[in-house]
Formats: sequence, structure tokens, C-alpha cells
Amino acid sequence: MTIRNIYRKSLNNVMLTLTGICAFVTVSTLFVILAYLVYNGGKSVDLAFFTQLPKGAGEEGGGMANAILGSAEIVAIASAIGIPIGFFTGVYLSEWGGPGFSFLVRYMCDLLNGVPSIVIGIFAWIVVVKPMHQFSALAGGFALSLMLIPITAKSTEQFLVEVPRALREGSLALGATKWRTIASVVVPAARKGIMTGIILGVARIAGESAPLLFTSLNNQYWSTGLSEPTASLPVMIYTHAISAYDDWHRQAWAAGLVLLCLVLVANIAARLIVSRGTTARG
Amino acid sequence: MNMTPSDPNLTGQQQAAQPLPPQAAPAKMRAAGVNFHYGTFRALYDISLEFPANKVTALIGPSGCGKSTFLRSLNRINETIRGARIEGEITLDGEDVLKMDVTGLRRRVGMVFQRPNPFPKSIFDNVAYGVRVNGLAKRSELPDIVEKSLRRAALWDEVRDKLHESAHALSGGQQQRLCIARGLAVEPEVLLLDEPCSALDPIATAKIEDLLVGIKDQCTIVIVTHNMQQAARVADNTGFFLLGRLIEHDRTDVIFKNPSKKETEDYITGRFG
Repeated sequence: MTIRNIYRKSLNNVMLTLTGICAFVTVSTLFVILAYLVYNGGKSVDLAFFTQLPKGAGEEGGGMANAILGSAEIVAIASAIGIPIGFFTGVYLSEWGGPGFSFLVRYMCDLLNGVPSIVIGIFAWIVVVKPMHQFSALAGGFALSLMLIPITAKSTEQFLVEVPRALREGSLALGATKWRTIASVVVPAARKGIMTGIILGVARIAGESAPLLFTSLNNQYWSTGLSEPTASLPVMIYTHAISAYDDWHRQAWAAGLVLLCLVLVANIAARLIVSRGTTARG
Repeated sequence: MNMTPSDPNLTGQQQAAQPLPPQAAPAKMRAAGVNFHYGTFRALYDISLEFPANKVTALIGPSGCGKSTFLRSLNRINETIRGARIEGEITLDGEDVLKMDVTGLRRRVGMVFQRPNPFPKSIFDNVAYGVRVNGLAKRSELPDIVEKSLRRAALWDEVRDKLHESAHALSGGQQQRLCIARGLAVEPEVLLLDEPCSALDPIATAKIEDLLVGIKDQCTIVIVTHNMQQAARVADNTGFFLLGRLIEHDRTDVIFKNPSKKETEDYITGRFG
């Protein structure tokens, strides 16, 4: 009896320690990455990084202003395409989804979500770059939008499904049509959750490099239009990090730090929206 | 109130059933031979019932007896449940409800639910919602409609200074009266209430019962309730449901003092349910 008790207690302690260690490793990974980036990139992030164009190979100084703007352009294009399509897909799945076709759509969303990002890049190259004979911000935005659609659709569906049936019935019982009920009651009730999902999705695609490698390519200068090759932070990190120049390595660290900070800010903003929004869901 | 179900004098007074309709008034709504299925489950068996205009009709019976299902057939809100199927005839002023445009039907036949379900909007926007979605009034008329509806639901004095605050800040009883005001704003001809007081305390319940009696000159009321004293207090007529069947339907005082069916008597005297 006592031996059994000792065994039970020690197993309890072992498992508690094991799960604790794993949790610690998970959390500390983020902090190690952050610390390493801050250490290497922190000293390189200066005003010039945000205002100047990259210098040529081997030259000191310069910045990545064009890549910051380019990333913003590409992400904006991806959002303009991906958010509406993803959102309405989510609405369809939650509100009209029957067992058959809906299951198919949901399954396709999961598959699309799982397609390797490099394959998405190849696909965008075939359907946009090749016909246009041009690498462009449009092609990059298109590629990223393909990643944003399933993320937005799944999170939109998830938050809409959580809206209580009583709210929908309350609206229908007043003579509202189904669409009016969705637009005026269901979506507003889930608004904060949906916005959070979208912010997290946009933050996720903003850091993707693989889909951009042969769609928006890169550019050492300001791009003159959306159908021109356009610099972006993730691709800039890639090209600078594999280069042979110390100053470019320094710039890559700086770009990594800036990108991570943007993603962290978006994440924190999303959490704040959720924590302030829980009471609004009826 | 001497109609409490535990009153021992009520038993053993069975007499011949009173002829229907129990109270002389033209029927506002009428159900004839209504059957209802959820998939393979049959919830209602051949229900025929009339709702006289400007009267309160209570539907009582144990949980799962089909009274809510029947109520929810009257405005066809049960249609939104997958696998639901209805047979039979329901009429509103002689018009076939099942063939009517459903949004028009629901504008005329309002509903208040078991749990208060205010929209996550302001008090004002909650009450104005039905008027807006049905395009019933000009923007400039909304404040008057909102005030009138809140007064009829006996809520105006408590919310007049915070119309633009969230409806979720109200207490449960206030939220339920808000839902009644929201229903009244579109001036329904019939108001259906599905156990509207089951989540409320006795004081909030009394306020709602008072206001129901006060609005019945403007609309016909059908209320589902678990609370037999409530049926006795507010209803002119009462129908007793059991296992998907309408066992008995008569004037409320007859149902409670002199039911003609054994099952009704057993239920109201508390032998089961």
C-alpha cells in the first residue's frame, strides 16, 4: 500500500516536472529568438534603416525603406483580395453550410492552409507572373492572398458559429431576412473575434518569404508601380542573410527584428481586442 | 388566488367537457390537424387549437410535451432547424400561414423567447431594429416609436436616460421587457411568449405579467409556461399538452377548477410533471 502510494506520488511529480519543462522550453524559445534578434539587430536599427535605400554590395550603411513600403503594398494587396473572399467563405460555412458541399469547402480550406508556401509561390508565378511577363507586387499579393483566404475563412466561421442561436432567432422573429440577420446581428456580435482572426492572419502572411521569391522578387530601388518587381522585408532578409558581406548580415538582423516587432504588435493588438470584446458577445 | 394546483378541492370534480370555443371571440389564429417532426422524431400529434383575438391563451404541460414546438410553429421559426417538418393547417385571419411570406408573417406574429436575447446593440437600436428591417417608419419617427414601445413594456422610466447604452448593461428582467418592447415596436397582431419568465425572479415576473394583461387589448397573446399559477393569473384560456398531444383546451378557470380529463387533473394537482 505504501509502496503503491510512493509510486503514485513520484509518478505525479515526474509528470508535473516533465510538463513544466516542456512548457518552459516552449516559452523560452520565443524569448531566445527575441533576445538574439535584439542583440544582433538592435544595434543596426537606426533612422537610416527606415529612410534609406539599400546600398550596393560591399558598401556600408543604407536602409530598407523600399522593402518596408513594398511589404506594406504586397500585404495590402493580399488583404484586399484575401479578406473579403475568406470572410464571405466563412459566412457561407457558418450560416448556409449544409452537410455536403460545406464539408467539401471546409476540407478544401484545410488543404489550402496546408499547401507548402513555396508551392503557392510557384502557382502564383504560373497564373500571374508568366502571363504578365513581369515579377510584380500584384503577383506577390496574389500569392499571399491564397494563404490568407483559408485562415480568414476558418476563423470567421469559428467565431460566427459561436454566436448563440437565440440571437439569430430573435432577429428572424422580428421579420428580418436571413441575410439581414447575418449582417446586422450575427456578424456584429462576432465582430471582435473576426477582426482578431484577420489581424493574426495578416501578421502571419506578412512574414512569409517563400511565396514572394519568384512573384514579387526583389528590388534595390523604389518600385515605380504595382506591376513592377517590389522589395519586401522577408525577401530582403533572405538575400541579405545569404550574401557574403558583413554589413548586409547586419541589415538582415535589423530587418528580422523590425518584422518580428510588427508581428508582435499585431498579435498584442489582437489579444487586446479579444479581451475587451468578450462582453459584447451575447 | 384560489386556483393553486395543490388545492385538494380541485380533485374529483370532473364533469362533462365544456364545448369549444371556450370564450366567445373571433379566432385570430387557428391551428388544425398540426403534426410536427424533427427528423424521425414526431413532436406533435394532430393539434387543433384556436386563439381568440385579444385574449391570452396559455399552453401548459410538462417539459418536452411539445408546447414550445407548437408555439414555434405559429411564426414558423422552427423552420430554421434542419430536419423540421410540419403538416396540417395554421391560419392567421383566415390566411394560410404556411404559404405566407415568412418575413411578413413574423412581422405580424412576434415572439419573446425563454431567455432574454437582446442584440449586442444599444437599447434604442434594439427596439428600433424590427421597425428598421421591415422599413415600417421614417427615421424621424423612430424616437417616438421607441418611446411608445418601451412605455408599453413598462420599461421607459428605467431606461429613458440611457437609451444609447448597451442593452447588455440591463438586468435580466429589464432585458426581457426590452425584448417585449422590441417585439411590440413592429405592432404585431399576435405575440408569442415562450416561457418568458423562467429565467426571472418573482418581482420581474410580476412586472411582465402585469404588462401582458395591459397589452392584450392591442394584440392576441399566446404564452407557454411551466408555471401553473402564472397561467391562472394571466390567461383567459389554457391548453394542456402531454407527450405531443393537446389533451384539453378550455377557459382557464375551467381547466384549473373543473378539468374534464384525468391527465389534466393529475398534472395541475401535481401528481406528475
